[in-house]
Amino acid sequence: MNTILYYASVISLIVGLFFLLVATVGLLRLPDVYNRLHATSKCDTLGAGLVLLSLALQSEAAVAIRLVLLIIFILVTNPTAAHVIARAAYTTGIRPLIGRSESDD
Amino acid sequence: MIYEQTLDIMYAVGAILVMLMIFFSMIRALAGPTAPDRVVAINIITTNTLIIITLIARVYAQVYFLDIAMVYALMGFIATIGVAKYLEKGALE
Repeated sequence: MNTILYYASVISLIVGLFFLLVATVGLLRLPDVYNRLHATSKCDTLGAGLVLLSLALQSEAAVAIRLVLLIIFILVTNPTAAHVIARAAYTTGIRPLIGRSESDD
Repeated sequence: MIYEQTLDIMYAVGAILVMLMIFFSMIRALAGPTAPDRVVAINIITTNTLIIITLIARVYAQVYFLDIAMVYALMGFIATIGVAKYLEKGALE
């Protein structure tokens, strides 16, 4: 049982760090605000949730409850923040990169 | 137990990797062409800092760092909402 929890924690940590790396690469390499939001909001939410799950599998119940509450909080607030940023970007006049091939870097 | 020590080393290395990701996100926050780019980058930096706080709480075995992580997540969310509202309406109503 302890060995199963250990390997589940290691796999969850490595997959979570991979998704965080994907979010950072998407933030650096994609050409538009909306593309960057598309890459970062989903990948960062999943990566943070997996790393916190990896910590929650290794701790006792009183600590694991706080980590699960943090996971739920991140799952609620991160897409909301992405939605608000996208609406603010569209309102301030940034048009999406549709039909154009040049990047505005 | 050998598993605990291996996991502590893995969590420490993971914290260092997340710190490097914060560094590369800060490049986008400094060089972003528009203001929403910077807000996206700062949102990512906030989430990564939250992960670093929880990993350090595990490595140093300090349970009350998790409460600090909760407050940090709340403050980062409020900061993102506030800056987005400011960009959208020109004032914090």
